[in-house]
Amino acid sequence: MTAVSALWQAALVLGGGTLLALVYKGFDRKLAARMQGRIGPPIRQPFLDLGKLLVKETVVPRTAVRWVFNLMPFLALVAAGTVLLYLPVGPFAPVLSGYGDVIVVLYLLALPAIAMALGGFASGSPYGVVGAQRELVMLMSYEFPLAVVVVALAWRVAELGAGPAFSLATLAGNPLWAQVGPLGVLGLALLLVALLVVTPAELSKIPFDIPEAETEIAGGLVVEYSGVNLALFYLADAIKTVAMAALVVALFIPYGIAGPLGIGGIGGQILDVAFFFLKVFAVIFAAVTTVRVAFARLKVDQIARGFWIPLTAVALAGLLLLVLDKAVVG
Amino acid sequence: MKLTSFKRALWVFHVSTGSCNGCDIEIVAALTPRYDVERFGIRLVGTPRHADVLLVTGTVTRPMAERLRRIYEQTPDPKAVVVVGGCGATSGVFYESYNVLGPVDEIVPVDVYVPGCPPRPEAIIDGVVKAVAKLEKLAAGEPV
Repeated sequence: MTAVSALWQAALVLGGGTLLALVYKGFDRKLAARMQGRIGPPIRQPFLDLGKLLVKETVVPRTAVRWVFNLMPFLALVAAGTVLLYLPVGPFAPVLSGYGDVIVVLYLLALPAIAMALGGFASGSPYGVVGAQRELVMLMSYEFPLAVVVVALAWRVAELGAGPAFSLATLAGNPLWAQVGPLGVLGLALLLVALLVVTPAELSKIPFDIPEAETEIAGGLVVEYSGVNLALFYLADAIKTVAMAALVVALFIPYGIAGPLGIGGIGGQILDVAFFFLKVFAVIFAAVTTVRVAFARLKVDQIARGFWIPLTAVALAGLLLLVLDKAVVG
Repeated sequence: MKLTSFKRALWVFHVSTGSCNGCDIEIVAALTPRYDVERFGIRLVGTPRHADVLLVTGTVTRPMAERLRRIYEQTPDPKAVVVVGGCGATSGVFYESYNVLGPVDEIVPVDVYVPGCPPRPEAIIDGVVKAVAKLEKLAAGEPV
């Protein structure tokens, strides 16, 4: 792969990913509204919101640390965009495959949260500080179950001996569901459940939206952000949603439909990419939209305890079942 | 889509400067499934920094005057102020009360008045939409 074609692919993935992220955000809001018996905003609403935020004044409070306050929205957006480059798109390997693996993706996914927390601390507002502390507590809560899920999958793929185990291309190329016995399928299902519960927390969506919590801490870590800075956070949030859903797809449902249907060539690739978009949307709908309509906000201690004890137990049980399955089936 | 378009993406912050809660409940009613202002892109936000429009309810009491002025200054430009209810427009029945500094327009500049005690949600939505014209002129750099 030459440098020029890599640049083209990166531009395509970033541009397409951003567009897709905003369209999915529109779908998310529309569907949430329909579930609540409302008509809801038009699908293009996120584009309108962004356009409006870009013409607003960008205020930096006098008490804020100016350079941190202005840098963090960029950092969040860059980190979220970089994740997209590490994820496989349907039948295509990640643009940056060979330059990093799923561990890098985990760190990059944590980076927007850390950037938002630093921005909150730098904004000089007590609400911002409270929101930032909550964000960091939540980060520490969900990272462990998330790491267990990824390590369990990577271990099982390593046992297959199919190339570098932590590489996302390898993980997506070797779906485990057909490789393991009944115990292993149960273990994988538990891991999938754990990952789907981590997803809304990773994205700070209801019931895990304590860092923003508009009704109690007035927007939390974005309380002082306005104009362009807020638009960047808005975009980073939308892109991170798609990236997280694409990670779930790559780890657990990396199947295409062109192969089984017997369609080859360009048509098959287009079909597979469309199917990939559909899977990403299904994950967002199941783990974000439905959940945020059905639940109310949890408290910070409930979230910390919930992730540390029950959800970690679920993830570890999944890991244990995979190990047992390997010992039995061999 | 014009870049200066506020028409379908309007974020609203609600300030109660001494309201009896009648107008506030009507604002909440505008968010319910029956009226659903989100279909016009209108959203209630939690902080003045995100707001395009300030919805001010109630006559301005002595402690709230300073806060109202600060909230107005915290709101990024371009911005508009909509007064909801008779108290905010004229001080209503609290006229000449010892603890009332006067209607909202004596503290901050007001763009739209929505009369009523309390006004109906339709009237509030209409008032917010009328504020759009001012915002678009401000964003385009035209004199208001």
